[in-house]
Amino acid sequence: MDTLSALAHGFTIALTFENLGLALIGCFLGTIIGALPGLGPSNGVAILIPLAFSLGLPATPALILLTSVYYGAMYGGRISSILLNIPGDEPALMTTLDGYPMAKKGMAGEALALSGIASFVGAFFATWGLVFLAPQLVKVALLFGPAEYFALFALAFATLGGIASRNQAKAALAAGLGLGIAMIGVDGQTGVPRFSFGEVHLYDGIDFLVAIVGLFALSEVFIFLEHRGTEKATGDASGIQLGRLTPPLSMLKQTAPSMARSTVLGFIAGVLPGAGASLGSFISYSVEKRLVDKNNTFGTGDPRGVAAPEAGNNAAAGGALVPMLALGVPGSGTTAVLLAMLLALNVTPGPLLFTNNPDVVWGLIAALFIGNFMLLIMNIPMVSLFVRVLLVPPRYLMPAVAMISFVGIYGISGSTFDLMVMVFFGVLGWLLRKLDVPLVPVILGVLLGNQMEANLRRAMTISDGDWSALFASPLSIGLWLFAFFGFILPIVAGRFFRPKFARTDSEADPD
Amino acid sequence: MSDRIMGGLGLLLALFFIWQATLIKESFISDPVGPKIFPIIIGVLVGLSSLAILLQPDDEPEWPDFSRFFEVGLTVAVMVAYAYALPTAGFVVSTAVAAGYLSWRLGTPALKAVIAGVVISIGIYVVFHLILGLSLARGPWGF
Repeated sequence: MDTLSALAHGFTIALTFENLGLALIGCFLGTIIGALPGLGPSNGVAILIPLAFSLGLPATPALILLTSVYYGAMYGGRISSILLNIPGDEPALMTTLDGYPMAKKGMAGEALALSGIASFVGAFFATWGLVFLAPQLVKVALLFGPAEYFALFALAFATLGGIASRNQAKAALAAGLGLGIAMIGVDGQTGVPRFSFGEVHLYDGIDFLVAIVGLFALSEVFIFLEHRGTEKATGDASGIQLGRLTPPLSMLKQTAPSMARSTVLGFIAGVLPGAGASLGSFISYSVEKRLVDKNNTFGTGDPRGVAAPEAGNNAAAGGALVPMLALGVPGSGTTAVLLAMLLALNVTPGPLLFTNNPDVVWGLIAALFIGNFMLLIMNIPMVSLFVRVLLVPPRYLMPAVAMISFVGIYGISGSTFDLMVMVFFGVLGWLLRKLDVPLVPVILGVLLGNQMEANLRRAMTISDGDWSALFASPLSIGLWLFAFFGFILPIVAGRFFRPKFARTDSEADPD
Repeated sequence: MSDRIMGGLGLLLALFFIWQATLIKESFISDPVGPKIFPIIIGVLVGLSSLAILLQPDDEPEWPDFSRFFEVGLTVAVMVAYAYALPTAGFVVSTAVAAGYLSWRLGTPALKAVIAGVVISIGIYVVFHLILGLSLARGPWGF
């Protein structure tokens, strides 16, 4: 009952004029960001963080704005999947399989409406899951000492490559790079400068916002520049008739069990570390295909094949917020970016967040509920508006994205040096993506590196330098075992997933 | 081959990182771990994963041909120039030039790209500066 009264309190916070307005703007922007190929949840949120930060929004409104964008992007990704056969972001990849054939059969309107409803179901129930699961996880997390936290960070890095990881060595390299970047600057505990080579600008360390915007947003510009002329990301939506925008009841009835199963699966995939929304939609689609595809209609425009991945990916988006809020350890790319937002606002996520800043947590969760209803309304009757946005060609869109990235970073510090660092990270991100090195571990390393070290050193101070203290409690041993198997398992099981996950390096938005 | 080069570079980076870590000056009061050990652990992690990539490389990625590399390089140069131009030439002018250049290189015909650059620049200025009140770089003309 505690939880429900806290939630009710959250609604009183979220239901202010300002917060509702921000949620509306966030949902709208998010849907556009998700729908546009080349802009996905993580780089969309990444560009907006510095802006929200420079605008001086307080923590709760800023978080409401950005999580609305996050949820909105998850809804929006399906629009271009269905109409153009180009996923608007990576989680929407599976939606192309049945969504586009449906559109070709003249059922584009039905597919959009059905996937909108599936998105709503997934996100709505996942938000309930968040309400009930997060406080439970907080209770566990309160038992954590520094040694357990250190193990938890190790677990997050070890599993971040995910079950679908193609090469664990590259995931490990990425994590190491991120952690290494976090080490630059003055050491928080002893005050000695590290890896700053006498450069004063580096004493403060590399600002993670600069790194994130460079890695995610600018690298996308370089990818487009490289593929210019091949027109891989421009499609023509003008020829498709939307048709009716309400799915027939029989279709809803037919797809309801798929939505229910996918919501559960997606939520679990989201909560687990290292598995974001992409895996949620992938697993949902595969399971549904195995369970209900009796007549081999999947892949030819089966409505269940549209409902399943959409419910799955939106449920996973909600599930991924659980570890991020309760433990302070994000499990996916976009939640890593949201974590950056919290850190930038001086809000430390983790178990103490629920006791110290209940307004932030519950206001946010209430805003998610409200945002969901807004998104449902935006995404069904108003979907044709977003379809028109898809017609903006990347050659106009990407310059604007690049410039807004610069504006955001310049707004924080007003320093040319930071802009240079951002360009450097843009190039680095481009190269790493070409080489199939995942970017999310880099970000997570930059974000969590200092905390991870601080926990290690705290644990060692308590044990007076006895390294076996890291493995002393059953809880930490359990976490280490999870981390170990989480790292090893993909090497064994990856062969099973690999052929199905197509190489998507150039258009992949990491989540 | 690309993976082997990356592995080799990663290995060098790891060695450099560990070497630099050993040079960190210890403060006279320190905790049992000190500022050096964690960076060294990271260096070892980077080194080991680079070694694994070096020994077992993936398939070659699709690299663009040389002209596209040049293109990316040129764009980087424009972005760097943009970063330096901001404080001296002001936001609107530098952004119009940079956005126009980007749009042109992404395939817009030259004249339209100029218009696109100006529109993007003024659009951002209006939305972010005039409406939202974000501070942008001020040039000699105040915008």
